[in-house]
Amino acid sequence: MKPLLTANNLSVQFGGLKAVNNVSFEVWPNEVFSLIGPNGAGKTTIFNLISGLYRPTSGFVTFEGEKISHLAPYEIARLGIARTFQNIELFEHATVLQNLLVGRHCHRHTNWFQDLLFTPRVRQTELQFRRTVEEVIEFLELQHYRDSMVAGLPYGVRKVVELGRALSMRPKLLLLDEPSSGLNVEETEDMGFWIEDIKHDLGITVIMVEHDMGLVSRVSDRVFALNQGEELALGTAAEVQAHPAVVEAYLGGADG
Amino acid sequence: MRFLFKTAYQQDIRLFKHGGQAFWYSALGLALLAAPFVLPDYWVSQLNFIWIYSIVSVGLMILVGFTGQVSIGHAAFLAMGAYTEAYLQGHGWPFALSLTFSALVAGITGVIVGLPALRVKGMYLAIATMAFGFIVEEGIARADSITGGNAGRMLGSLEVFGIPIDSELRMYFLTLIVLALVVLGVMNLLRSPTGRAFVAIRDSEISAQSMGINLARYKTIAFALSAAITGLAGALYAHKLRFLSPDQFTFLQSIELLIILVVGGVGSIYGAIFGAAFWIVVQQLIVLAKDWLPPAIGQQTGLQPTIFGLILVAFVLFEPMGLYGRWLKVRTFFQLFPFYRKGMFRRQKSYMKSERLK
Amino acid sequence: MLQFLQLIASGVAQGCIYGLIALGFVLIYKATETVNFAQGDLMMVGGFLGLTGTLALGLPFWAAFVAALAVMFFFGMALERAVLRPLLGQPAFTVVMATIGVGFLARGLVTMIPEWGTDTHVLPVPYKDEIVQVGGLVLSMEHLVVIAVTALLILGLYLLFKHTRIGIAMQATSQNQLAAFYMGIPVRRINMLIWGISAAVSACAGLLLAPITFVHANMGFIGLKAFPAAVVGGFGSIPGALVGGLIIGIVETLAGFYLPEGFKDIAAYIVVLVMLAVKPNGLFGENLRKKV
Repeated sequence: MKPLLTANNLSVQFGGLKAVNNVSFEVWPNEVFSLIGPNGAGKTTIFNLISGLYRPTSGFVTFEGEKISHLAPYEIARLGIARTFQNIELFEHATVLQNLLVGRHCHRHTNWFQDLLFTPRVRQTELQFRRTVEEVIEFLELQHYRDSMVAGLPYGVRKVVELGRALSMRPKLLLLDEPSSGLNVEETEDMGFWIEDIKHDLGITVIMVEHDMGLVSRVSDRVFALNQGEELALGTAAEVQAHPAVVEAYLGGADG
Repeated sequence: MRFLFKTAYQQDIRLFKHGGQAFWYSALGLALLAAPFVLPDYWVSQLNFIWIYSIVSVGLMILVGFTGQVSIGHAAFLAMGAYTEAYLQGHGWPFALSLTFSALVAGITGVIVGLPALRVKGMYLAIATMAFGFIVEEGIARADSITGGNAGRMLGSLEVFGIPIDSELRMYFLTLIVLALVVLGVMNLLRSPTGRAFVAIRDSEISAQSMGINLARYKTIAFALSAAITGLAGALYAHKLRFLSPDQFTFLQSIELLIILVVGGVGSIYGAIFGAAFWIVVQQLIVLAKDWLPPAIGQQTGLQPTIFGLILVAFVLFEPMGLYGRWLKVRTFFQLFPFYRKGMFRRQKSYMKSERLK
Repeated sequence: MLQFLQLIASGVAQGCIYGLIALGFVLIYKATETVNFAQGDLMMVGGFLGLTGTLALGLPFWAAFVAALAVMFFFGMALERAVLRPLLGQPAFTVVMATIGVGFLARGLVTMIPEWGTDTHVLPVPYKDEIVQVGGLVLSMEHLVVIAVTALLILGLYLLFKHTRIGIAMQATSQNQLAAFYMGIPVRRINMLIWGISAAVSACAGLLLAPITFVHANMGFIGLKAFPAAVVGGFGSIPGALVGGLIIGIVETLAGFYLPEGFKDIAAYIVVLVMLAVKPNGLFGENLRKKV
């Protein structure tokens, strides 16, 4: 079996700060791979490197065996990599339905001129898109919010909508940046179920940045711990949590 | 109150969401067709201006209201359309062809002006478009051989498919048809991936590109379409005025177009048309008021800018959703009667959101 | 060569005016992220106030000058309180449109004030038509005063921002309003003060420009050329505003002399387009990225 995504000696530097330093890992198809580490460890930076928002200073990322580090963010999305954001980046002044439909954008096969005339082909694609999106709505139980403006929704719901928008892409790889942040216990519980279902039922590989160790242990196949941009440990959730370097990073040195 | 039961996905795609809407729009359509036969010529002429301005503001709305890219140089596209039309007509091109070409020339200029939008945004982009507007204004004044320079340029009489457009009545139908087609096109865009991509770029560029939207491509399309529609309006404007000179396409004109959007309501096609209608009506009212008011006030040259300024400040402060927003509120009031609450449309108070970051 | 230097000198004087107006923009932009399209109109009102001070009230020029600055300072604060504060937190576009409205209002109302009206006025200054000769260079006193006053004003602002409590509070506010607010800085009052200072700076530009171009209701349109100046310098930078102003002033003067007619008026805009293509953040601009 070939890895779906690999990071190869990935480094990125902002001014003098090495945000990510020589990090390598492989993500296998249909696993949930979690990135953990204290604040400023470089987790989100790795996400931004994968999705093309940052360019690595050295090293590269491959997806399905192809190098992707030179591609623009929209090209990377078209390969089948979807993501969510730590602080929610939804299209605020559009309805939930419209947000999810934007997720289908990569799968369009009409151009702006056909759209202008709303040709039968456009209509057909729109209906197809809608069917896919309705499946996501059903999956995430968003029926109630379908026609609501995002700007008026509570935080927990927005988090789910963002997940839904990413799922509407029908991606091969899903990057979840702190899926549980800002959610209450019950909502976090739901998120856990959904991540499990995404893996088992939809067959989507997930890379997740997460602080809630309960959620991490519950859903992850493997966990990658980082500190100050460098690898600390890699293994199952239990292994990583017991790793002395990880304990030290989180709790400080034994003598400190 | 009306409850909509949706039974097919088609329903959300349709232009008219329910029978009531279809009924009222048909009624409006009939009224518009009958209007020029009933109204005096003077008012038909004003309606023609409204339709032309509506086309411009729908064009500008694509850019400002839907894609979130500010342009303070749109008068330049209007000028591009107008002068191209004047020039081509002077060389004997048939109207259908010259109109298309005018839109095309404006659209291509739009692509060029949109180039800075690929690198900068917000205020920087606004200033780039402003700079472009000034350069075009100066260019028109200097290119005597094509534009007639500061002396101006006359247009010949217009003929469309062999029908001479020699009365306000005929002009009315010409402008109305073009407006209807433009509105239809824009509504089509908005219910399809392209329009959603525009809105996505407006609301969050970061996540738009992470959803596979090519920012450069869609910004360029938005600029091109917006400019082309404005150019189309420019060509009609040229025939309406019959005489073109550079002082019709100034920086202030560009600003007025933006005011129309704010007054009408940014982010909706209704807003664009409401704003255009309001604008023309206010100008007529000012002209009327000049005769009514005591000369000490009525004859002031500063009357017009003062009223424009007051209207703009008042809308921004008290009705930021514009006339369309006001209409929504009134409609909701009656639909929910007697359950309307005062705070339903209240703006959220928030601290300054930084737009310096990209 | 001498002629070239002569042009540079008048370009610098013109550039100082642009620089001062740009400085007005930048102060407000840094503090509130609003671009004030009424800046040029504030300048115009300042010019008219100077006119009233000297002609109607019979004050000596420099007293009228200071009085006009003081009046504009309070006018700027009042403007912030009445129009801008209710819009705090609204999208930049909305706020910009409000300032455009204020500009229209100012232009319209000024023409309705008796004595001001739509006519072109001459502001009498004590240094009218005086000339200073340096080597072969002939410098007009009007230009020298512009340069000197600009230098003084910049020095004053520099000291204000660097060394006073209130200046440091202003700096903090411009970096992060919310954080400044939590640190107990009265952000709203600071914003008001910034608008006051900005209006006074513009009025200063208007008073300096008046002897060169006369005072009239539309003199504010010159403020539009300060936008390119601010962009060339980098919109958030105070020294940038001045340098940008000087560049625009000099380029414009040279273009007016060496290039065919018509280029003088658009030189500033060509420069800004080139700048945006080459270095969109301007000479002194900061490059910030949104974090996700």
